[in-house]
Amino acid sequence: MTTTQTPDTLRRILDYSSRADPYPLYAELRETPVARQEDGSFVISTYREISDILHNPHLSSDTRNLSCPTEGMQAEGTPAFINLDPPEHDRLRRLAMRHFGPPHTPGLVTGMEGALTTAVGHLIDDFAGKERIDVVDDFAYPFPVAVICHLLGVPREDEPRFHRWVDDLINSIDYNPKTDPKEKLDKGVQARKDLRQYLGGLLERRHGHPGDDLLSRLANDDGPDGRMTDEEIVATANLLLIAGHETTVNLITNGMLTLLRHPHVLQRLCEEPDLVVPLVEELLRYEPPVHIIPWRAAYSDITVAGTTIPKGAQIMLMLASGSRDPNRFHDPDRFDPDRRDNQHLGFGSGIHLCFGGPLARREAQIALGQLVRHLDRPRLVADPPPYRRSPVLRGPIHLYVEQGAA
Amino acid sequence: MTSADNLQAFKRAGRIVVVGASLAGLRAAEALRGEGFTGSLTMIGDELGEPYDRPPLSKQVLTGWVPADNTKLPRRRDVDAEWLLGVPASGLDLANNHVRLADGREVPFDRVLISTGVRARPWFVESEAALDGVFVVRTREHAEALQRALAAGPSRVLVIGAGFTGSEIASVCRERDIPVTVAELAPAPLVGALGAMIGDVAADVQRAHGVDLRCGVKVTQLEGDAQGRLRRAHFDDGTTVDADVAVVALGGIRNTDWLRDSGLAAGVWGIACDTGCRALDLNGLVTDDVFVAGDVARCPNPIYEYRLISLEHWANAVEQAEVAAHNMVSGQADRWPHLTLPLFWSIQFGINIKSVGVPTFADEVVVTQGSVPDHRFVAAYGYRGRVTAAVSFNNAKWLDHYRRLIETAAPFPPPCPTPDQPADTKPVPVDFPGPALLAQGATVVVTGHDPSERRVTAAYQHR
Ligand SMILES: Cc1cc2nc3c(=O)[nH]c(=O)nc-3n(C[C@H](O)[C@H](O)[C@H](O)COP(=O)(O)OP(=O)(O)OC[C@H]3O[C@@H](n4cnc5c(N)ncnc54)[C@H](O)[C@@H]3O)c2cc1C
Ligand code: HEM
Repeated sequence: MTTTQTPDTLRRILDYSSRADPYPLYAELRETPVARQEDGSFVISTYREISDILHNPHLSSDTRNLSCPTEGMQAEGTPAFINLDPPEHDRLRRLAMRHFGPPHTPGLVTGMEGALTTAVGHLIDDFAGKERIDVVDDFAYPFPVAVICHLLGVPREDEPRFHRWVDDLINSIDYNPKTDPKEKLDKGVQARKDLRQYLGGLLERRHGHPGDDLLSRLANDDGPDGRMTDEEIVATANLLLIAGHETTVNLITNGMLTLLRHPHVLQRLCEEPDLVVPLVEELLRYEPPVHIIPWRAAYSDITVAGTTIPKGAQIMLMLASGSRDPNRFHDPDRFDPDRRDNQHLGFGSGIHLCFGGPLARREAQIALGQLVRHLDRPRLVADPPPYRRSPVLRGPIHLYVEQGAA
Repeated sequence: MTSADNLQAFKRAGRIVVVGASLAGLRAAEALRGEGFTGSLTMIGDELGEPYDRPPLSKQVLTGWVPADNTKLPRRRDVDAEWLLGVPASGLDLANNHVRLADGREVPFDRVLISTGVRARPWFVESEAALDGVFVVRTREHAEALQRALAAGPSRVLVIGAGFTGSEIASVCRERDIPVTVAELAPAPLVGALGAMIGDVAADVQRAHGVDLRCGVKVTQLEGDAQGRLRRAHFDDGTTVDADVAVVALGGIRNTDWLRDSGLAAGVWGIACDTGCRALDLNGLVTDDVFVAGDVARCPNPIYEYRLISLEHWANAVEQAEVAAHNMVSGQADRWPHLTLPLFWSIQFGINIKSVGVPTFADEVVVTQGSVPDHRFVAAYGYRGRVTAAVSFNNAKWLDHYRRLIETAAPFPPPCPTPDQPADTKPVPVDFPGPALLAQGATVVVTGHDPSERRVTAAYQHR
C-alpha cells in the first residue's frame, strides 16, 4: 500500500468548521489507512490498523520519545501514566487500579450506584417546570465533576476553582502554535501548576489521616508494589480529574443529542430502561467523546499496513473514524442500539485502555436513563448545537433543549 | 443432506443429538438455536446436573472462595433440549444413525455432535488410587472432595505432575499455607507445554513460594496405612515423602472408548476432524453428519503445516462448538473453517500466564518484553525463523500483537526494540522433552492394494 499525503483532509478535520460533522471527512481519510503528513507525522484512520497500533509494543505513549515534540505537549514534572510506557506505566496503573476496581476494590462502581442516582436526581429536580435547559451546563457537566471530586476527596466548595483550571488546561491540549494565541498555552501551563499545587496541598493533609477517598488510599497504601511518591500521586490525581471531567460530559451530551435525533429510540428507552446498556455502548462507537489519540511515538521503525513509520515519528489515532469503519462494522453510520458485534474503540484498547470505563458507562447509563424519563417531550433548540473547540475531546459546548407544551 | 431444500427441512424439523453435555456441548446447543435450528435437540451426558465450568475447579473452588456447585455455566439462551443425563453413551451406530446408551436405549439422529472431552488420567495402580486421600481433579465432585481435604488442614500435600493443573493446585496449597511437595518427571514445571526456559521460571516461582519442588523424579508407589489412608509416597530415587493428600495431575485421557466400533478416526489422540469440525472416518475421509468439538477433537491447523492438533483449552472448546453448530445447519458453500489461534490462560502463584499459538511448535524462544526476574514478560516462540507462539507472565495485554505476528508468519526473532526491553534478547533453544516421551504405538493397519480397496482398520492396544 502506498501512502498518499492527505494533509488537506486532516487540516479540514481539525478546522472548527467541521466540528459538527467530521464523519464524511473520516471516510475520506480511511481511503489511506496510514497517511503520512507533510510534517512527518502519521494519521491512522482504519479500525484494524488503529487496533494494531494500540496493541503494538513498539509504540510509546511517552512524548519524550517523539523526535520533534510539539510545544505544549510536554507537561513539566512527572508525567501521569497515560503518558508513560511499561514498566513504569504498569506499576503506576496497578497502584492506582488497586483502589479503583477489581480485584482489590471490586465494589467501587456498584457501591456508588446510590450516590450516582442521588446526584442525578438533584440536578433533574431542578428541571421540573423549566421550559428550556442546557443539557451541558445544567446536567452533563456538573454530574461527573461531582462524582470525580467525591472519589478523589476534593471538597465541594473547591469545585468552581477546579472548573477553571481544568478548562484552561483542556483548552491548551490541542494548542496549535500556528493559529492559536500564545496566551492559550500560557494559561494551560499556569493551570497545570495551580492544579498540581492544590492537589499537593490536599494530599499533604491526607498523610497519616486516611479517609475513604482515593487520595487518602494512595497516600497510605501498603500493597505489594509499595507506595506512589507524592509527585506520582499528584500526577495521577491530576489525570483522573481531567479524564473524569472532560469525557463523560461529552458522552452524556452526545447521548442526549443522538436520542433527540432518533425519537423512536428515545421512546423505546422510556419503555425499556434496560436498553440503556447497549445504547451507551453504541454511543461510544457512534458519537464517542474521544475522537483522537493525538500522540503515540514510534519507538522503533514499524510497519503498518505496508507503510514504514520511522522511529520517533508522531502517530495520530483517529479512534472515531475506526469505530465507523465499514470494513469492521456493518452499516457503521447507522445508530443502532441493538448492534451486537460492537467492539468499538471508544475507550481505546491495549495497556492504556480507559481505566474509568466502568464508571463512565454507569454514569452515562444512569444519567441518560433518568433524563429521558423526566423530561417532558424534549425538543432540540438548534441542530447542530454549538461545539467545543477541541477536535480531540469532541462534544457540544451547550445543548439547549425545550420541554413541555410547545 | 446436500440440497438446499433438505437443509431447510432439516433446520426446521431435523434431529440433532449432542453427546457430552459440558462446555462444548452446551455452547453448541445454544449456537444451534441461535442459527435458527428448530428441530429436536437431545443432550446426552454422563454427569448429573447442569453443565458447569471447569477452570475454577483447580482455582477458586479449591481456595474455598467459590463453592463447587456455584460453577454452573451461564446460559446464553434457552436451548429447549431433551436432557438425557447420568447415563453414558456406549456406542455410535453410523449405519442406522443412532447413539447407543449404556442402559440399552437407542437415540436416533440426523446429525450428531461429539463433545465428550477428556477425563483425568488415574493413578496407575488401582489399589493405590483407591486410598483415602488420593485425588484427581476433573469434575465438580473431585474438586469438592479435594477442597474438603484441604480445608481439614493436611500435614502435607503431594502433587504428582507439574503441568498447569498440578501447578495451580500447588499454588492453592501455598495460598492456604499447606506444605506441598510437587513431583515432576520432566526437569521443571510446565516444560511439556512451554519448554525449558519458561519451565525454569516456573520452577523459580514455585520455590520462591515455598513449594518443595522435585523434578526429574518419578513417583513409584503410594503407601497406605492399615485404615487405607495415604501416608507416604516413594520415588524412583529411593527417597520418600510423608503426605496425607496426593493429587494425581498427570493429564487426561480422551473419552473416545465408546467410539471404538464406530468407524470414526477416534483413538487415544482424540477424534480427527477437518477445520469445519466434521469427523473423519477411519480411512481419513470426511463424514457428513458427524461433528466434533472441544477437548476430544483433533483438528488440522493451516498455520501449523495443517497438522492435526488437540487442545485442552476453554476458548478452543467454545469456538469449535460455534463453528460445528454453524456447519451442522449450513450448506457446503456456507461452511466456516475453525481457524482461530489457540489461546490459553492459567493463574498460579499470583501470576497470570497466558499463551497464544502453539508453543510446542517451535525450535527457539526469546524474551521480547519485560523482565524475567520480575515475573512479568512476554516470550515469543519461533519455528524455522517465523513466530509461532507467545507466552506472557503478567503481561497479557500484549498478546494480541503476537497473535497478529503468528497469523502473518512474521519473522523470528521479532526485530525491533520496545520501551520495555528485556536485559537479554538472544533466542535460546526451546528444549521440549524429547519425542520419545510422546511416542505412541501404532494405532492403525492399512490393508488392500487397489485404490478402490485400500482401507484402514484400527489396531487397539491394551494399555
Ligand atoms: C481443573 C481444570 C482446570 C482448567 N483450567 C483451564 C484454564 O485455566 N484455562 C483453559 O483454557 N482451560 C482450562 N481447562 C480446560 C477446560 O476446562 C476444557 O478445555 C473444557 O472443559 C473442554 O470442554 P469440553 O466440553 O470439550 O469437555 P469436557 O468439559 O471434558 O466435557 C465433556 C463431557 O462429556 C461427558 N462424557 C464423556 N464421555 C461421555 C459419554 N460416553 N457419554 C456421555 N457423556 C460423556 C463428560 O462427563 C463431560 O461432562 C481446565 C480443565 C480442568 C479440568
Ligand atoms: C466516556 C468517558 C470516557 C472516555 C470516552 C474515555 C476514553 C479514554 C481513552 C480513549 C483512553 C486511552 C488513551 C490512550 O490510549 O492514550 C483513556 C484512558 C484513560 N482514562 Fe478514560 N475515558 C472516559 C472516562 C474516564 C473516567 C471517568 C476516568 C477516571 C475516573 C478515566 C480515566 C482514564 C485513565 C486514568 C486513562 C489512562 C489509562 C492508561 O494510560 O493506562 N476515563 N480514556
